[in-house]
Amino acid sequence: MIESRSFAERLFDIINVMLIGTLSLVFIYPLYYCLMASFSEPANVLSNIGLYWRPLGFSLDGYKVVFNNPNIINGYINTTINLVIGTSFCMLMTTIGAYALSRRNLYFKRIITFFVVFTMYFGGGLIPTYLVVKGVGLYNSRWALILPSAISTWNLIVLKTGFQRVPLSLNESAVIDGANDFTILFRIMIPVSKATIAVITLFYAVSYWNSWFAASIYLRERKLYPLQLVLREILISNTVANTSGVIDANMSESSLMGELIRYCSIIVSTVPILCIYPFVQKYFVKGIMMGSIKG
Amino acid sequence: MNKDIESVINKKLLINTSPRHGRSNMSGGRKWTVIKKDLHSNKYVYLMLVPVLIFYVVFRYVPMFGVVMAFQDYKPALGIFKSEWVGLENIIGFLTGPYAWRVVRNTLLINIYQLIFAFPCPIVFALLLNELNSRIYKKVVQTISYMPHFISLVVVCGLIRIFTQTNGTINAIASVFRVDFGNLLSRASYFRTIYVVSGIWQSIGWGSIIYIATLSSVDPNLHEAAAIDGAGRFRRIWNITLPALIPIITVQLIMQLGRIMSEGYEKVILLYNPSIYETADIISSYVYRYGLEGMNYSVGTAIGLFNSIINIIILILANQTARKISEESLW
Repeated sequence: MIESRSFAERLFDIINVMLIGTLSLVFIYPLYYCLMASFSEPANVLSNIGLYWRPLGFSLDGYKVVFNNPNIINGYINTTINLVIGTSFCMLMTTIGAYALSRRNLYFKRIITFFVVFTMYFGGGLIPTYLVVKGVGLYNSRWALILPSAISTWNLIVLKTGFQRVPLSLNESAVIDGANDFTILFRIMIPVSKATIAVITLFYAVSYWNSWFAASIYLRERKLYPLQLVLREILISNTVANTSGVIDANMSESSLMGELIRYCSIIVSTVPILCIYPFVQKYFVKGIMMGSIKG
Repeated sequence: MNKDIESVINKKLLINTSPRHGRSNMSGGRKWTVIKKDLHSNKYVYLMLVPVLIFYVVFRYVPMFGVVMAFQDYKPALGIFKSEWVGLENIIGFLTGPYAWRVVRNTLLINIYQLIFAFPCPIVFALLLNELNSRIYKKVVQTISYMPHFISLVVVCGLIRIFTQTNGTINAIASVFRVDFGNLLSRASYFRTIYVVSGIWQSIGWGSIIYIATLSSVDPNLHEAAAIDGAGRFRRIWNITLPALIPIITVQLIMQLGRIMSEGYEKVILLYNPSIYETADIISSYVYRYGLEGMNYSVGTAIGLFNSIINIIILILANQTARKISEESLW
């Protein structure tokens, strides 16, 4: 009896390990495919039907075109600028909002908290928001990507909860020493809540890196396009003139490179985040745990 | 001096000057004094709230009032105050029109498929990972499984296009079995499968984080005691592990239901094309295409409002049901 039980269990263990191993390969393979294809010869890429295990003929042509494409370089620059300015601005707004709402003796605290939290459950919708952003004069401006999404109420609540957990004694001693609220916030609350702040900063940063939709509805000038929007043109709308960034006299040349350029663009835009995420994943995991504990 | 410090501390820390104490019983004069005191002692806090509140008013509440456009025949030239009032005409026009059934059906179906197929996957994945014996293997797999989550949606949809095209990988594999699917993204009947399966690929690892964390907080003594009593692994999973997960599963389920009407439009917009509108077009993508791009602002707003209201109703219903059945709920 005992033997058959442990046999079944051992079988389960083996199958489990194999199943999970296969799943892991499935997670990796699509990007591996792109990586292999991106280093291949253009002609081979176009004619190949099937899976990639290694590059088909080694060639850096794809990357040469991608790195020379002004749209992609511009996209990178724009995304980086938006990310830095945007994340800083978001963190500033979120932090002061969270601090304010974490104060215990605010007279209007309840009503303001309700005012803020209500927006998580109901909103104007796509079109009214779009018209408001236009009406405020942000159309075709970088700030249309930053201002309307300055505060994520969810993040604000998580941070507010974090601030509320700071021991009162720290507050008290600061007050005795004559500190005002700004001093308390910047000298005590933020340093003590470093972990939470790091997590929320990362959340904002990743969302700026991946964002494309706001840019697609608010921006008209190509030179303002962030990276993901450029990628969308290359990968999805498939506009040939954009894949090479140059108006080619020879159209067949562009379509030859088109396929290869897609693979190279994917690699070029994903590698930065892939290099960073293993190191910061523990912050994200913590962030999810924090968010799930109702604030 | 002592009295000063005391009063400052008292003000800041709520002792005996709590504005909540019998606030509603106070006479008008007393209340006003309390408010004035609060504004003074918390002046920097209120200063901090000013930009935050401006943000919420301008970018969250003004659009909420813009919802009245749903009941008008909005013309940009006339603006919101002068456009003609048409009441329920916009929404009734939509609901009786040719596309209403299609988009509502698609929205509901895609979400139901997600609930049935995609929602359990992170849970099962977490359970399987939990049964692994090697810590290192588990850690490595977890890190790998997070990767698809960090890939941007645009790239994921680009990958989908690459793999589903006529000469793509899926057809290459299928040709081994003498099957040819053609360009999968142009066949309406495949769309929901592609959408859900790619969603699982992207979110199974990330979604399992919260379940794995819950599982690791299960008391190992329970498992030991059960093992001594002769419970095999599967019995232990059924009687110990799963019950530990039920609260968090309930909360996640409610949150998922609350997102039904609003989720996924970015992915749909990136993946769809006119030949598959029949199964791919959902309410939000229709609002985007017809209302925003097509500049039918009033009707678009009306449909969006319709969407939000249904969203709230589903969320409330889900929460009430959860409260009745178990002790877990969102509020």
